[in-house]
Formats: sequence, structure tokens, C-alpha cells
Amino acid sequence: MARILYFGKLSSIFGEMSETADLPASISDTAALRTWIDQTRGFDGVLLHPSVRIAVNNEIVPDPSPVSDTDEIAFMPPVGGG
Amino acid sequence: MIRVIDQPFRISDAIAEFEAQAAGAGAIVTFSGLVRPRAKGEEVSTLHLQAYSPMTENGIRDAVNRAKEQWPLTAVQVTHRIGNMSPGEAIVFVAAASVHRRAAFEAADFLMDYLKTEAVFWKKEVTPSGVHWIEPRTEDYHDRERWNEAKGS
Repeated sequence: MARILYFGKLSSIFGEMSETADLPASISDTAALRTWIDQTRGFDGVLLHPSVRIAVNNEIVPDPSPVSDTDEIAFMPPVGGG
Repeated sequence: MIRVIDQPFRISDAIAEFEAQAAGAGAIVTFSGLVRPRAKGEEVSTLHLQAYSPMTENGIRDAVNRAKEQWPLTAVQVTHRIGNMSPGEAIVFVAAASVHRRAAFEAADFLMDYLKTEAVFWKKEVTPSGVHWIEPRTEDYHDRERWNEAKGS
């Protein structure tokens, strides 16, 4: 089971900050995962925007980077505190 | 030192603690950011911040290290709130100490620009019209760019 995290506005759209998911065998990289999650979780294209970055096990990675069923994968919209 | 905390903190305590940590410095600059009571003409009832540990803390640590490479600092403190906050509460405290004032001013300014545009936080305002996620303003990105220009010249 992969652990998927949704931050910022993505947590409001999904309704939760995280979920655990069985990745289908066809999903082996971040680009495929982005499309699959977007379509199956009702994000309606929001996850496909290039401003949404993906971190695998706490490291931001470019698309496409490998993902597996044991990873923690975070979807991160633009950041900023202060 | 870096702290990401979900409990309120008092700015006066943060300053006193930093003064002790920075003993011997000739100059201390501190910046305190407070939750604004209004945003775009609306009253803000709650500000909520999310972080992603340890990415958030690691990123701030890298920024502090870059500041220490660029300016002769004798002490640095970054304290950032997460969770739910009310207007008037402290959200961020940045302090820099050096032998002379210029390095301390510039390092504190640099760290605030990092926190506004690059630090791993997500910020949500609750107002009468609903919930709004806040992304950095164009001015915030311009402020950050000043440091890249300074380095490149």
C-alpha cells in the first residue's frame, strides 16, 4: 500500500490530508500516478497543473520518476509561509 | 535554531531567549510576523498552516545555512507556527545576530523572503465568504529574486 498525501488546496478538494492506496500494476512512475489519481479522486485536472509538485519519500522529484507500492507520495501545490 | 510548532508563542519570550543565545553579538535584528485581522477587505477568523515534516524543517535549515555562508552571523533563530491561529497571534519569528548591523538586517530579510516563497507551508484563511488557500503574491517572488540578482552581480 502506498501512502498518498494531499497538501494545501488539494486536501480541501480531496476532503482528507492522506489515504493509503493499492497502486495498479500499470502505475510505475509519477506522471502515470498523477493522471490516475487526478481521474479517480475527482481532482478534475487540478493535479495535472505543473505547479503541483510531487515528493516521493520526502524528496521532490521531476516527472516521470519511479513510484512503488511502498512509497509515501505527496502532492504539493505552491508553497509559502510567513 | 529552527522550530516549527503548533502552539502559540510570545514574541517577548522569543526575543529574550535569542538575546541569551546571541550573547556577545554587537547587533541583533528580529522580525515578528502576526496574523492579519483582515484579508482582501474581509475579516479573518482563523489562519491555518500545514507543514510537511521533515521536508519543512530541512528546507529552513538549508536556508539558514545559506544565510550563514553569505553573512558573518553569530546566531540565527527561525520559529514558525503551524495549525490554527487567531488574528494578532505570532506566526513567524526570525532573528539574526552579528558583529555589525548590516549582516543581521540582510540575513533576517533574506530568511523572510525564503519563508514567504519557498518554505514548505500551506496557508488557509477562514473568512465569512469561506475558506481560501493563499499562495505567494507576485511581490513575494520579486522580493526573493533580489537575492539572486545580488549574488549574480
